[in-house]
Amino acid sequence: MGRYVARRLLQMIPVFIGTTFLVFCMIYVLPGDPVRSLWGDKVPDPAQLAAIRAQLGLDQPLWQQYLDYMGGLLTGDLGTTTVGRPVADEMGRAFPVTIRLAVIAFLFSSVAGITLGVLGGMRRGKYVDTGILIFTMLVISMPVFVLGYVMRHVFATELGWVTPTVQNSEEIGQLLLPGVVLGMLSLAYVARLTRTTVAENLRADFMRTARAKGLPRRRIVRVHLLRNSMIPVVTFLGTDLGALMGGAIVTEGIFNVHGVGRLVYDALVRRESAVVVGTVTVLVLIYLAANLLVDLLYAVLDPRIRYA
Amino acid sequence: MRGARSAKWVTGAIVVALAASACGSGDDGSGGGSGLGYDATGKVIGESAEPQKGLIPSDTMEAIGHEVIGALWTGLIKTDPATGEIIYMNAESITTEDSRTWTVTLKDGWTFHDGTPVTADSYVKAWNWAAHIENNQQNSSWFSDIAGYADVHPAEGEPTAETMSGLKAVDEHTFTIELTQPLAYFNYKLEYNPFFPLPESFYEDPAAAAENPVGNGPYRFVSWEHNKFIDVEKWDEYQGPDAAQNEGVVFLNYADSDAAYQDLLSDNIDYVRQVSPNNLAKFEQDLGERAINLPYAAIQTVNFAFYTDQWKDIDVRVLQGLSMAIDRETITSTVLQGTRVPATGWVAKGVMGYEDGACGPYCTYDPETAEELIELGGGVPGNAISLQYNADGGHKEWVEAVCNSIRQAVGVECTSDAKPTFQEDLDARDNKQVKSMYRSGWGMDYPFNGNFLRDLYGTTSAGNKGGFSDKIFDELVAEADAAPTVEESAALYRAAEERLAETFPAIPLWYYEVQSGHSTKVDNVAFDLYGHPILTDITVTGR
Repeated sequence: MGRYVARRLLQMIPVFIGTTFLVFCMIYVLPGDPVRSLWGDKVPDPAQLAAIRAQLGLDQPLWQQYLDYMGGLLTGDLGTTTVGRPVADEMGRAFPVTIRLAVIAFLFSSVAGITLGVLGGMRRGKYVDTGILIFTMLVISMPVFVLGYVMRHVFATELGWVTPTVQNSEEIGQLLLPGVVLGMLSLAYVARLTRTTVAENLRADFMRTARAKGLPRRRIVRVHLLRNSMIPVVTFLGTDLGALMGGAIVTEGIFNVHGVGRLVYDALVRRESAVVVGTVTVLVLIYLAANLLVDLLYAVLDPRIRYA
Repeated sequence: MRGARSAKWVTGAIVVALAASACGSGDDGSGGGSGLGYDATGKVIGESAEPQKGLIPSDTMEAIGHEVIGALWTGLIKTDPATGEIIYMNAESITTEDSRTWTVTLKDGWTFHDGTPVTADSYVKAWNWAAHIENNQQNSSWFSDIAGYADVHPAEGEPTAETMSGLKAVDEHTFTIELTQPLAYFNYKLEYNPFFPLPESFYEDPAAAAENPVGNGPYRFVSWEHNKFIDVEKWDEYQGPDAAQNEGVVFLNYADSDAAYQDLLSDNIDYVRQVSPNNLAKFEQDLGERAINLPYAAIQTVNFAFYTDQWKDIDVRVLQGLSMAIDRETITSTVLQGTRVPATGWVAKGVMGYEDGACGPYCTYDPETAEELIELGGGVPGNAISLQYNADGGHKEWVEAVCNSIRQAVGVECTSDAKPTFQEDLDARDNKQVKSMYRSGWGMDYPFNGNFLRDLYGTTSAGNKGGFSDKIFDELVAEADAAPTVEESAALYRAAEERLAETFPAIPLWYYEVQSGHSTKVDNVAFDLYGHPILTDITVTGR
């Protein structure tokens, strides 16, 4: 068990180096010059342009820039942006916000999704089930920005329960609405996944045995049915966590949340390789950790699975 | 079961660790009693975004930072948005005999926010610092008119001096500026932020000063929470004529202009920088009397790439004809939803020397004359043109409308040539790779008509990306620069603008307008020629 975890953690090192290098190369080959674009429509002074590029090390070849960046990483320096702000500060402001948003969305989609899924699966073909199917179909077919605008209009403009945008990105209460919008799509998938596996497992042999043993219904559902139905759901949720963190840009825009999606987008537009590489790498690490967690959860859910 | 149990422990541990890191990282961020980090009592709350750079006047070029710096600093002059005339601010007077040596006298009693006096040295030292190539200031080339600039900012090699020989402090309140050659309207340039003064404390640590700026303007810096807001408060000891009528300004950061508009509707903010495109159709209905529609000094043109085979030896009548094939009235009122005003020349409205109608008949829609002119000029080579623009700037709709208009009016095949990003668009323009024509926008740097002419169409101007060259125009510009007074200079530039109708380096399309509105909690919201709100005039009633 311990060795398994250690091995997985060690595997992260080459992945880490590979991602940083790949992202670094991708930014490097993107057309457009980050320093030139500071001037916009106006005309830069060539000498000043060259001086700023030299100061930022942008006149060095790719491999040199990459080595400098990695050298900085080893000493705990994430680099600076084109305008000289530490990347660590930029990330330190964005990640806490996004983590909160993602946690809200994650809790919402898993708790509500699993509940709906179990309800639908247990009453297959009944009204509740049909209702849930229609609801999830609606959510899946609706683009997130439509959902965002509609929810904002209903809850902020019409009902006035919340402000149209998030006034303070660090307050959990204000992040609830964007969190719900962000988690809505995952909720639909979780509900549908749970419903299918629950419906399947209801007819499984072990369920009949459990019922025949005369176990109380609550125990049958919680321990026998739910636990066995969770493996595909957990797999989905694990991979979804990464998507919730990195892919929240539309939701962040609608509700004016200053999170990671916005940070990466802005950095890409400005060709800030240090910001993009740093942020994407952290996202990859979170994704890897979530996957490790999922694999370990398999063993919890299904005692037959063991890691040595 | 041993495996399962230890797996439980490990997963439990990871969950706890994740939760702890999520909570832990949260604690250091929240500050202030209100949870927002600023006190908005009596203050104006406006839509803003994150300035690209630290708040150093000579290093800020983009609109967001420009706006904040304009609140924190007051320079030598400002100009009247209605007449384009100079209003003296920190300067008592700016005089010249020969348009080459300028004497600036400062008003007495002005101080920086830290209490130190604003002296001639505050200006001279700041300009020398900003012009020096090693200080990497984005606006450094603004000082290139001053004698000795080449010594501190050589085109190649190391600088040979620390200061510019053309700048001299005479006494505490007087300094002289000597230019490399006469420039009748040099005083107009002084409105722009690179010419603002800096306090002595700045030079100890410029990077720290950029995060905690000390200016001499109507507002004093309070705090800057990156990506969230910048808070400034009214400065009571301000000596200028434009003292703040409110208690301060909070520049709130918005990623999305639609989000800002929603907050304006619900009175969470007091003005937006520009109503987002999706709300343009209904903003006047939504806001009623609180809607704002004001012109500012910027122009959109379509320029010819004269280095291409197509336009190299073109007869000017073809270019005039193409211009007359564009139905500006219809496009501005439909596709652009009334946010632009059809242009009648190359200089934008409101600046010194602007006069209506420089373009003559060539900026009005007249398909028959257009066809005639093109025919007389020998037709468009290849009978096809393309129009380059950047797809990330919201230009697609009008570019296609312009193309349609040309196609229908004169039967010239017109296609749009989209570059995915602004950077790629600029790259193509800088490297002279435009295939036929390109979109070009220009917002004024200083409110003088020469800024729209010399800097864009002079043969040697760096801003002349289309390779346009006209001897007569260059001569008129040289004459205007050397004119004895600003008025004469402006008149000569006007003549140069009229000359453009005979050479047609670019097709003027339309002037810009700001569409905005204010909340019910403030009054007196107007916008200046840069398209920025005039913050000091805003009165707050409900906060």
